[in-house]
Amino acid sequence: MAEMICIVCPRGCRLTVDEASGAVTGNSCPRGEAYGRSEILDPRRVYTGTVRITGASLPRGPVKSSAPIKTPLLMDVSREIESVTLISPVRRGDAALKNVLGTGIDIVVTRDM
Amino acid sequence: MNWELIVIGAGPAGLAAALAAYDKGLRKIAIIERDRYAGGILNQCIHNGFGLHRFKEELTGPEYALKFIDRLRDTTIELICDTMVLHITPDRQVHTVSAEKGYQVYSASSIFLAMGCRERPRGAISIPGDRPAGVFTAGTAQRYINLEGYMCAKRVVILGSGDIGLIMARRLTLEGAKVLCCVEIMPHSSGLARNIAQCLKDFDIPLYLNHTVTDVTAANGRVSSVTVSRVDANRAPIPGTEMVFDCDTLLLSVGLIPENELSREAGIEIDPRTNGPFVYENMETSMKGVFAGGNVVHVHDLVDYVSEESAKAGEGAARFVSSAENADEAYIRMLNGDNVSYTVPQRIRPGRLEGSVKLFFRVRSKLGASVIKVSDASGQELASFKRLSMSPGEMENIFLPKEVFQKARGDISVSASEA
Repeated sequence: MAEMICIVCPRGCRLTVDEASGAVTGNSCPRGEAYGRSEILDPRRVYTGTVRITGASLPRGPVKSSAPIKTPLLMDVSREIESVTLISPVRRGDAALKNVLGTGIDIVVTRDM
Repeated sequence: MNWELIVIGAGPAGLAAALAAYDKGLRKIAIIERDRYAGGILNQCIHNGFGLHRFKEELTGPEYALKFIDRLRDTTIELICDTMVLHITPDRQVHTVSAEKGYQVYSASSIFLAMGCRERPRGAISIPGDRPAGVFTAGTAQRYINLEGYMCAKRVVILGSGDIGLIMARRLTLEGAKVLCCVEIMPHSSGLARNIAQCLKDFDIPLYLNHTVTDVTAANGRVSSVTVSRVDANRAPIPGTEMVFDCDTLLLSVGLIPENELSREAGIEIDPRTNGPFVYENMETSMKGVFAGGNVVHVHDLVDYVSEESAKAGEGAARFVSSAENADEAYIRMLNGDNVSYTVPQRIRPGRLEGSVKLFFRVRSKLGASVIKVSDASGQELASFKRLSMSPGEMENIFLPKEVFQKARGDISVSASEA
């Protein structure tokens, strides 16, 4: 049995997950159940960070991964986007880096700059 | 020119109030913002987790702000940036200064206060030791790293386990710094449980509860080490429990204070429990036609509630302007009962109520399965609610129907106790 805090919403339910069967208890909603199961089988997080940008009023622009990324890859993603420099203007949703680390997931801009 | 509504601050509270007032028919609305652009603190909160309540999706801070900023374009709301408000007066004059226009005085039929809050600084918590560079509030470091592009730390100790501190533990780690630990004087974290999980546990950052910082040393003017000690039940450091961390940075995440210099100076009554203005059911302050919402009233955990509360205030301002709803009316005071540290709103005018009142409050200590009781001065119980658990770090809310206030004899108190 694995115990964890659900991170899907600010409520922070205490989940218990059976590693063998993937059964989740302690959740208050279906999203919590899905989170508990994926946390055992394939833990993932949405990456958020910043990338360099030129020509905007600020030197950094905020980005996120277009889908949750495997948790152990987060540090690698951070290193990977160090090489990116955006040129203003960019719009939210524009890809800053496509298919990051071959995951099929893009790093996208979250603010118009 | 007379504005119908002047909003002070273009963060989430100011944006929501201005748009709500516009939707209720006001057209001459100005938002005055001291920064270069709208969005307030959301612009530096680049992490996700915003908007789950309001938009049923998980947004980053900038994305949440854009949901509101985008709407401004389709309105006549005027956004005045790079402008600092210096004074407000009881006859609703707003004194401002900006590099472009110099000293300007605007007059308004109503004002909405949305100045937000500030972080508690080092001076407010008396940490012993040297006074070197390298001691930042967590939000200052967040601004340096996320907006201005300065990586301001290599090896870090974080004092306080508020949400911004936890978020910065992850952020600094992802940017290549080593976060040595997060230190909390209380036996429980003041941050959300999910932030402990995704910001500390994901990166194996230790959280020391019942510990505090007892010394800071410096070399060449920069932090060189931080000493952390365990505290006893009275929160006094226990000699012999010291741990010394070699580091160059100490981040403080030790609470937020509503920013009410303008309100105080104008003579608006401030609630010592929240450090924000006393507000009525429609978020009007003690000064007629001056409304307030968001973190300037009380510190929120979730921006979704800031938007909701401020929209209510914006509607209140629109009603004030259009119907001159400004007669003095009797009000019921909302008082702390056992285990409750404050309520917002603090004052309810039963004559002004249309539907129910959403009452926000916090408990003083962690409670398991509990009952929230609402009763009047005569001891009559007016309403009760059940909760599975409550914690000071998580704001609670209850809906009180209009009838509760019609039935009440005297002031109302809200209490919480374990069932």
